[in-house]
Amino acid sequence: MGLLDTILGRSKPVKPNLDALFGLPSAAIGLEASIGLKPTGSGSVCVKPTEGGGFAGLRDQIDELLKTDNDKYDETKDSFGFSWITRTGSPDDISDLVTDLHAVNASLADAGFGSALLCTLVVFHDRTNPPIGLVYLYKRGTWYPFAPIGPDRRDNQRELALKAAIGNDLPMESDLSRWFPVWGAPGL
Amino acid sequence: MATNAGSRRFRSDPGLVARMSVTMFLIGALYVAVVALLIAQHVSVGFVVVVAGGLLFAQYYFSDRMALYGMGGRIVTPEEAPELHGIVDRLCALADMPKPRVAIADIDMPNAFATGRNPKHAVICATTGIMRRLDTEELEGVLSHELSHVAHRDVAVMTFASFLGMCAGMITRFAYYSGLFGGFGRSDDDDDGGAPALIIIMLVSMLVYIVSFLLTRTLSRYRELSADRAGAYLTGRPSALASALQKVTGDMASIPTRDLRSAEAFNAFFFTPALANGFSISSLFSTHPSLDRRLEQLAKISVELGQPVA
Repeated sequence: MGLLDTILGRSKPVKPNLDALFGLPSAAIGLEASIGLKPTGSGSVCVKPTEGGGFAGLRDQIDELLKTDNDKYDETKDSFGFSWITRTGSPDDISDLVTDLHAVNASLADAGFGSALLCTLVVFHDRTNPPIGLVYLYKRGTWYPFAPIGPDRRDNQRELALKAAIGNDLPMESDLSRWFPVWGAPGL
Repeated sequence: MATNAGSRRFRSDPGLVARMSVTMFLIGALYVAVVALLIAQHVSVGFVVVVAGGLLFAQYYFSDRMALYGMGGRIVTPEEAPELHGIVDRLCALADMPKPRVAIADIDMPNAFATGRNPKHAVICATTGIMRRLDTEELEGVLSHELSHVAHRDVAVMTFASFLGMCAGMITRFAYYSGLFGGFGRSDDDDDGGAPALIIIMLVSMLVYIVSFLLTRTLSRYRELSADRAGAYLTGRPSALASALQKVTGDMASIPTRDLRSAEAFNAFFFTPALANGFSISSLFSTHPSLDRRLEQLAKISVELGQPVA
């Protein structure tokens, strides 16, 4: 926010960066090779539903769009009032997943609701540990890992290991205080 | 396409910005007038400005600690207050701003405030009273209003704006003392003009103080409206904020006066002002706009956000 905006007290809604999502498929290959994490095929878009008819109408459109796709989609509302639009597909085709998630993002952003996008979550797993999520922050255009263990604890060691493993393939969030937890997110 | 639809939906209010700019301009003009008057009267400008500026800088620099101490707020960890932290986490991610420290004040008065000299040193504090009364969406509305204060750097802006008021108050005192101690020792040719000039300075500085006080209050009300607007856009739910306002304001009125009086000094930081019952105050002196005014703006935003997708 510029000095003038500060003085005049007008902060503008932040525009999301949607394109960095497409770096994920190649990073996922590196992730499997280095620490054995594979995608589960589950990915979701988290959005803050805006009140009123505009958003509701758009949601109907998205619902129509998603229904044509063999019911792979699911929508859940979390305790904070955010909607998670989840797609569960084949674990092998992560670029398909990314394309679908991008379609949801783009339709929201085109209708002027880009500032309501919170994050995208793509879930990975290996044989021994609970699933781990890669979270994409639209407003910053960066990724961070989230590995929940139990109701309100996260495995920082595993998260840092994941960051080290793919730090070169994806823009990772360098400010650790912005790795906010998404408890109860679908797929985790 | 995206930008067009986006800018249609999230409008800024040119009128509000214009009114705020005029208020700021008038505050600045008064400041210049006072300094000019001082120089004309051979008063040590440096001294007045350094003392007033020093006090205000301390107030600005330690604003987070002072407000927390005054309200009995305590910084809480995510484990202690998962819901509050969860809401703040999400709002900060939506707004792309650093997360402030989160505090809880254990008092039943429903209120919240944010303070701190810049976004990196900000504290956001909710009372147990407001957390008990509001549901998650309403609390989120209140916190988005407070986070907007942080983003707009309202502590810095308001401190700067009240600089003049403090200056004028000090000149009054300074003119009084210099009249008492300096006036009698003057040489003979000054005797005729000295005393009336002094009285004029005092009258003028009092007048300046009153005007600057009113202007700072006006500015404060505009900042509140701006924070309401930005907060409503952040959550996309102006109605949740409106409902929180109504709940909290209704509750504020039914609370015993003693609590409120002791809290009045902190009004500038608050979500809604704590005014003691029976103390009739004109809207001119208020730090916050009237409830009607705030609800009206939120209703307008709600209509704008609800426009159908083209």
